Amino acid sequence: MEAIAQKIREAAKRLLSEGKVDVVIGYAKGTVPMREYPYFAYTPEEAENLTWSSFCCNNLALYTIRRPGRMAVVAQGCVSRNLVNLINENQFKRDDLYVIGVNSPGMVDRRKVQALFPGKTITEVIEEPEHLLVKGQGFEERLERKKVFRSNCLTCVQRNPVISDEMIGEVGPEGHGGNIDKVAAPWEKLVPAERWTEMQETLKDCIRCYACRDACPLCYCHVCFVDEAQPQWCGKTQDEADVATFHILRAFHCAGRCTDCGACESACPQGIKMRRLTSKIEKDIRALYGYRPGMEIGAQPPMSLFKPNDPQDFIK
Amino acid sequence: MFARRRFAVLKNLLEYVGIEPGRLHFSWISSAEAEKFQKTVAAVTEDVKALGPAQHMIKDIRKVA
Repeated sequence: MEAIAQKIREAAKRLLSEGKVDVVIGYAKGTVPMREYPYFAYTPEEAENLTWSSFCCNNLALYTIRRPGRMAVVAQGCVSRNLVNLINENQFKRDDLYVIGVNSPGMVDRRKVQALFPGKTITEVIEEPEHLLVKGQGFEERLERKKVFRSNCLTCVQRNPVISDEMIGEVGPEGHGGNIDKVAAPWEKLVPAERWTEMQETLKDCIRCYACRDACPLCYCHVCFVDEAQPQWCGKTQDEADVATFHILRAFHCAGRCTDCGACESACPQGIKMRRLTSKIEKDIRALYGYRPGMEIGAQPPMSLFKPNDPQDFIK
Repeated sequence: MFARRRFAVLKNLLEYVGIEPGRLHFSWISSAEAEKFQKTVAAVTEDVKALGPAQHMIKDIRKVA
């Protein structure tokens, strides 16, 4: 990991000092362990702060939106797919983007790590190729990285960037072995009444902070439907109807665009599993229209396209 | 035609979260098809009546205000 981080820093320094880009968007080490955060390096000196670890959970494609000038983005598979999405949705030009591609090692869910040490404070996490060495006061334990992966990383199908101007490190395998079709849409096997109960159970802790929306690289409307006051599409309370409306509509807005990057779940301060909703749409889009978002520049988004023979058994 | 795709996804999503299938209907009726319109409305009303009052997505303003 550190070797990759060093190469990212070198690439960033080179790009900035040569004046090829105005900013390099990458990750920097958080003030507490396991909290790497998005970092914007404008000068070669600032590029020294860039890092690469198992906790680079934010989707950096988000920060390219409405950003003037040329930018370089450190992109693993999912980030690159979202960059392709944004190019396809005419948010910026391919020429304004320099992709520093990295093979994703699979990111780790800090909550899963913390859950293994209840009541204890983790003060340091040391990266090893297949393990994490977790340290704190009076304990030290070596964890297998794969056991604490974010659930979307386990079922990833695109670890290498789909577009890249420069590849850091080796091109690695594409998946981690998990099968998305086996875990997507977990409520499908339940009867309608149970599904609603399950959704309420999943969303019960939602505080309507909109961190999931803010972390999502698909959400770039000038005014989001939840912030609109006239008309007010969605109530502001924590009533189950309002919370459900928000989550259902947020998921629906991602239809045909969601790359299952997991930024929403990683950003949620309450640990809500909103991928239980989005994975259903992602699965439907694949089943109905055979489309995986962000795989190719120039691909038409399925929701702004139609074919004469699209399924329509539900229309009477 | 675009709507057909969007409705297909929306219908699946709403059923997935537990809205009863009979509550959501789609139909394609031209302004010249009065009889089809009348029949569809009657069928929708009947289906929804059979399901009874909605249980989900109801906000009681007295509770939240």
